[in-house]
Amino acid sequence: MCVGIPAMIISINNDKAFSAIVDVEGVRREANIALLADPADPVREGDWVLLHVGFAMSKLDEAEARSTLEFIRALGSVYDEEVEALRVQD
Amino acid sequence: MNQFPDFRDPRAARIVLSRIAELATGQPHRKFMEICGGHTHSIYRHGLEELLPQNVELVHGPGCPVCVIPMGRIDDAIYIASQPNVVFCCFGDMLRVPGGKLNLLEARARGADIRVVYSPMDVLTIAEREPERDIVFLAVGFETTTPSTAVTVLEARRRKLSNYFVMSNHIRIVPAIKAILDSKDLDLDGFIGPGHVGTVLGNHPYEFVASEYGKPLVTAGFEPLDILESVMRLLAQKAVGRCEVENQYTRAVRDAGNPVAIGVIDKVFTVRPHFEWRGLGSIEHSALMFRDDFAEFDAELRYSVPGIQIADPKSCQCGEVLRGAIRPWECKVFGTACTPETPIGTCMVSSEGACAAYYNYGRFNKSPRIPVTAV
Repeated sequence: MCVGIPAMIISINNDKAFSAIVDVEGVRREANIALLADPADPVREGDWVLLHVGFAMSKLDEAEARSTLEFIRALGSVYDEEVEALRVQD
Repeated sequence: MNQFPDFRDPRAARIVLSRIAELATGQPHRKFMEICGGHTHSIYRHGLEELLPQNVELVHGPGCPVCVIPMGRIDDAIYIASQPNVVFCCFGDMLRVPGGKLNLLEARARGADIRVVYSPMDVLTIAEREPERDIVFLAVGFETTTPSTAVTVLEARRRKLSNYFVMSNHIRIVPAIKAILDSKDLDLDGFIGPGHVGTVLGNHPYEFVASEYGKPLVTAGFEPLDILESVMRLLAQKAVGRCEVENQYTRAVRDAGNPVAIGVIDKVFTVRPHFEWRGLGSIEHSALMFRDDFAEFDAELRYSVPGIQIADPKSCQCGEVLRGAIRPWECKVFGTACTPETPIGTCMVSSEGACAAYYNYGRFNKSPRIPVTAV
């Protein structure tokens, strides 16, 4: 039960409070978005959220995700460069 | 549809693993505890433990809310579920949690109306559809799940539903981490912090782990790369003698958490003086109960539950598993008397429990792990 699943907001239900339709790995279901009710940063169609027991808990920030991946890849390039430098020395 | 399949990229994982191997070289044996059951599940599902150097060990903590429910609470739940006119709703993984005599599945077979729900919102729907019945929700979970229960209570009040009740077993992560840190057989070098609780509480509540107890903590996401990067960061801190609380899961965890979620918890619930945890005993301030203003929703007040404490079975070593003192396969009954079909201990019940994860993914090979070589 304690698992959070990334889900994409497909549409916001205008006729029902804090309700949205989300896509979870191809399955569409209703989700409650009351916990993301921030007027400064409202939930929009196309947003990715973390879904837990039917509630959107947190927006998943694409820029942050990319920067995490870039950080990891940069480690690889540093490593590759070091290996390359060793080869040159040989 | 997956937002970021790259978090499972094997090449990126090899990069992190080679960095881990470099950092671990020359360090003493390191034991890091992942607190959250979601991490435990992901670690075994993806076989991450076997990829780590031999001197880096992952220990599985108490962060599976199903696993820490004591038998007495299940008996209380069955007591409520067996009252006339009650519809008792719970998450599916609660059904097989052992009580003193029965589990909820067996209580259902004896006639109790026990229904499995996916979301607490489903319970509200049942309450509206069946106004003549008392609908009781068995609420379990850490701060990740608590806000959703709180929202349903506020919504029940708004809809003027007088037949919706909650048996609160909501627990708090910080007192649980403190209990682990204060335990006598503690032998840990750092923590992989619970990412989903972090989406609600933020990263600040964990600062005491570094400042008061001198252990590093890295809040982590749940994909293989997230967990590996967090292990790498813990080793990097250890390598230079740093001790800090870091956030690896920045795409979901903001430093201040989710203020709306914290607000609804605080509106509906208050801290219990004590709460009994399976394997860990009674922990002060470790759970939540209804505020007086919401007492009308409290199933424990409506049904005056027996509240009897029942000692865990002697053969079961869940407590030692939950504290990280032994590994699941070192328990005397693991995989023999205790299996996911007929669990003796709760760690074997939920898919997030350490024993069930070991059992389901067959990762109880006691032979030395294969050292990782550079990419």
